[in-house]
Amino acid sequence: MSGAEMVIKALADQGVEVIFGYPGGAVLPLYDAIFKQNSVRHILVRHEQGAVHMAEGYARSTGKVGVVLVTSGPGATNAVTGLTDALMDSVPLICLTGQVPTHLIGNDAFQEADTTGITRPCTKHNYLVKDVDDLSAVMHEAFYVAASGRPGPVVIDLPKDVQFAEGEYFGPDEVTHRHYLPQTIGDPARIAEAVDLIAGAKKPIFYIGGGCVNAGPEACKAVSELVRMTGYPATTTLMGLGTIPSSLPQWLGMLGMHGTYEANLAMHGCDVMVAIGARFDDRVTGRIDAFSPDSKKIHIDIDPSSINKNVAVDVPIVGDVGEVVGQILDSWKNKDPKIDSKALEGWWKQIEEWRAVDCLRYEQGQAATDTIKPQYAIERLYELTKDRDAFITTEVGQHQMWAAQFYKFEKPNHWMTSGGLGTMGYGLPAAVGVQVGHPDALVVDIAGEGSTMMNIQELGTIAQYNLPVKIFIINNEWLGMVRQWQELLHGARYAESYSAGLPDFIKLAESYGMRGLRATQPDQVDDVIKQMLEIDGPVIVDMVVSKEENCFPMIPGGAAHNEIMLGLNDREEQTQSEDGMVLV
Amino acid sequence: MTNKSNIERHVMAVLVDNEPGVLARVVGLFSGRGYNIESLTVATVSEDESVSRINLVTSGTPMIIEQIKAQLERLVPIREVHDLTEEGPHVEHELTLVKITNAGAERREALRIADIFRARVVDTAVDSFVFSLTGSPVKIESFLELMRNLGDVEIARSGVVAIMRGEKRKRDA
Repeated sequence: MSGAEMVIKALADQGVEVIFGYPGGAVLPLYDAIFKQNSVRHILVRHEQGAVHMAEGYARSTGKVGVVLVTSGPGATNAVTGLTDALMDSVPLICLTGQVPTHLIGNDAFQEADTTGITRPCTKHNYLVKDVDDLSAVMHEAFYVAASGRPGPVVIDLPKDVQFAEGEYFGPDEVTHRHYLPQTIGDPARIAEAVDLIAGAKKPIFYIGGGCVNAGPEACKAVSELVRMTGYPATTTLMGLGTIPSSLPQWLGMLGMHGTYEANLAMHGCDVMVAIGARFDDRVTGRIDAFSPDSKKIHIDIDPSSINKNVAVDVPIVGDVGEVVGQILDSWKNKDPKIDSKALEGWWKQIEEWRAVDCLRYEQGQAATDTIKPQYAIERLYELTKDRDAFITTEVGQHQMWAAQFYKFEKPNHWMTSGGLGTMGYGLPAAVGVQVGHPDALVVDIAGEGSTMMNIQELGTIAQYNLPVKIFIINNEWLGMVRQWQELLHGARYAESYSAGLPDFIKLAESYGMRGLRATQPDQVDDVIKQMLEIDGPVIVDMVVSKEENCFPMIPGGAAHNEIMLGLNDREEQTQSEDGMVLV
Repeated sequence: MTNKSNIERHVMAVLVDNEPGVLARVVGLFSGRGYNIESLTVATVSEDESVSRINLVTSGTPMIIEQIKAQLERLVPIREVHDLTEEGPHVEHELTLVKITNAGAERREALRIADIFRARVVDTAVDSFVFSLTGSPVKIESFLELMRNLGDVEIARSGVVAIMRGEKRKRDA
């Protein structure tokens, strides 16, 4: 069997149904092998970055490993942004890259790049396969590494001569890794400590992150059960949205820089914090020395390097969320501890006061002269699609934060966004990947006009496969988050943040044979969304919204949770410190 | 997070798969995350040459040291990470070669001091010696300090190699 055939056979044996790729000289043997079989389907993209984001969308929405195939040199370098994105957000991917023949490596050959060198810091692991006899083992090990422990992207660099070489193929069962064995079960002593701490809490909070989603739907159910059983308040990170149902009354919304007032103040004021699959990211903590100063912290994470990285915790528990929360639930049921109902009553009273501030409030006039508020457009999208089990992807910026605030999720794996890296241009290709994984589902990319332009070429992929993706552009003609920071921090000097030279999105859609719809007035919003939902094929919606709207609440860079800005009338009173200005 | 006052020096032994790129992974991790490397040595240590041992000296706050170990353990080809400073008594040794160029009384004094330190003369020319000295980094430092006062010196140092004392034996090594 040739090396190229082995690669495709290994993919099939690993249960891979679809790969996202773009051909080129160094991967022609692989494409030949793809041509000759029917078990693995190939989606032709328009740019390699798009391929990686598609694989991310596919992986995050299906729970499977996403697979990418690109050529050497520029093919590999174009994939780097996507790989970094997947590393930051812990998305399991395999990226197969072509490489020049082994005897040319290091000679500055045509379309040569040091792919393993370039991708070393942006992958969980990478391989350069120089001998066809190593190929089967590397392929299967790569899937194990990508999907186990804290998931991440793995690159396999395949020189062209290795793709041609003949060798013997081994199945997945014959390969095991010697020493990469992540710890999944929590230390029982720590579990007992955690249960006692949780049970004795007077002002507790669950801080739930994207690791729960990665741990799978069963793990999310266990987390929801823990939240329900204790009756304690819970907040989710941007990446953790959907872990627990948003309809749960204990859910305080998202926390962090643009999180809710109640979530951030509860984090600041709590006495016991239970962090589950979350990594105390700077968007979440705000100023680190003022972060939740009076709490005991329990941290459950599968990655030991996430623990005590930014914030020192009292009870670290290394393990898989599903396993560890299961252990906590069992221990809790055994001990049947008595919780401090009186103190909790006071805590909830306090939280209800914070909730009553209604921090996401906005004012939408309904006159024909009123502009559409972006929050209103997203809120209406939610109301009109909430019964359809929709998958939502986003780009990066204001619209992303509004989507996180106003679109509510009942289940995990339905929300795909670039959290860690903040990659503009993520949402459109990610939506393609989600749609490929769920052909009959409603998939909406809530986008900004700026981000949409970053991977706009993937409209070609949507058109080619007639994928019914809905691209819902919140168009304010500004790079809104940049404009917002310039307004608040740089004296309203709007350097290069205006989206000049935009296409007519309706005509753009039509030129690809898609439908384009536009709303410019509040009373058109519902009609346009309904029309969008009735159309079977792909649609671009140009939601022309108010240009000056800012995203609140906001914890400015370098501020603490309790220094949160509420917007509307609150913003003049706030001044920005010099320290905060240098932070991003 | 960095508090200058509680910076600690730690000696680590890292056992890795002996495969291409593994050193780049370790070094890239240190530079990418802004950790210090004060010295680093690497050589294969298993009979079948499948395992290499990296000895490195680093410094940081206790939180950073903990991070360094956790981040190293995350790398797929890394088998074991041992913080010798934490784990207990260990022996640290370093090899240095010093070429000193001088004449007259200074030349005789250099030879005398070398004798006190038990450094070996491994090369002699009319106007220079090359001394070889092994020992703890502290001993080496004091020897170099003296030599610098006695002529022009050129120095080569191996960096620290270290091993736990007593019976405890690293698996695979």
